[in-house]
Amino acid sequence: MRHHRVLRVVTKLLIPYILLFALYVQFHGDFGPGGGFQAGVIFGAAFILYTLIFGLDAARRVAPQPVVSALVAGGVLLYGLVGMAGILLGGNYLDYNVLAHEPAHGQHLGILLVELGVGITVSATMVTIFFQFAGRSGRTEE
Amino acid sequence: MGVTAIAILRLRSLFAVVMLSGIYSLLSACLFVVLDAVDVAFTEAAVGAGITTVLMLSTLALTKSREKIPTYKPLLPLAVVLVTGAALIYASFDMPAFGDPEAPANTHVIPRYLQDSPEEIGIPNVVTSVLASYRGYDTLGETVVIFTAGIGVMLLLGRGLGRRRREDDEETGQ
Repeated sequence: MRHHRVLRVVTKLLIPYILLFALYVQFHGDFGPGGGFQAGVIFGAAFILYTLIFGLDAARRVAPQPVVSALVAGGVLLYGLVGMAGILLGGNYLDYNVLAHEPAHGQHLGILLVELGVGITVSATMVTIFFQFAGRSGRTEE
Repeated sequence: MGVTAIAILRLRSLFAVVMLSGIYSLLSACLFVVLDAVDVAFTEAAVGAGITTVLMLSTLALTKSREKIPTYKPLLPLAVVLVTGAALIYASFDMPAFGDPEAPANTHVIPRYLQDSPEEIGIPNVVTSVLASYRGYDTLGETVVIFTAGIGVMLLLGRGLGRRRREDDEETGQ
């Protein structure tokens, strides 16, 4: 894809907006449709688009596999640790009421963190799966 | 949607099948929007129509892109599918009508979620509060499923760190 100048320029223009939209879906999920899962997929799609246009090697430089692998586990860990924080602060597992002074604020904080965990894991997993497939076929490295 | 499904069944070119599956997912997403389930529609459009199509295409790059013509008549599977389908359609006669306020799904916990979640959770989107708070364990399980899928692909396709390092060692050794 080195010679497709239109594609490369349009991709460069689009990717920031895709990432921004993913973050909007992530953090606006409390108020409108959306949430961690959808945001993670959109975030991952931006990286997949980058890989398709600029090749796997460039994408691996942007998102090194050790970092992505760590994020795959990190999202689940964040989710689990929010649950543990509930226990440590005197509630049940995944009980967000105790996370802040008021139960509703605690719920808000807990949901935000948990959705962030979901988003991180989903996007990192999507990127990982695509990198593995692309690395096998070698088609995107031309 | 029916036309797309039948076309998927009849076609032997897997590339066209993948594309039609994407269209089918997009049509399902539109159906979910019509049913006022925008969160589900969002997920279906992003995952079903978007990511799955890309992943299927990259799978096609690894395998052949034409389906083999089967050498036998699939009579037993056909019988199983027909019987199961008939049983499901028969069971659907007992289902409550769509949107029936007396349906079990609408009388058990739904009223409590809808009425109490603004005070208990304080978040306007009830879907988010059900997913992340009331059903937090389920969502944790789903996240672990995604995590497991990622780990599984890493193990199966095996271009992980360990092997690459070993390949590099072999290359430098030679």
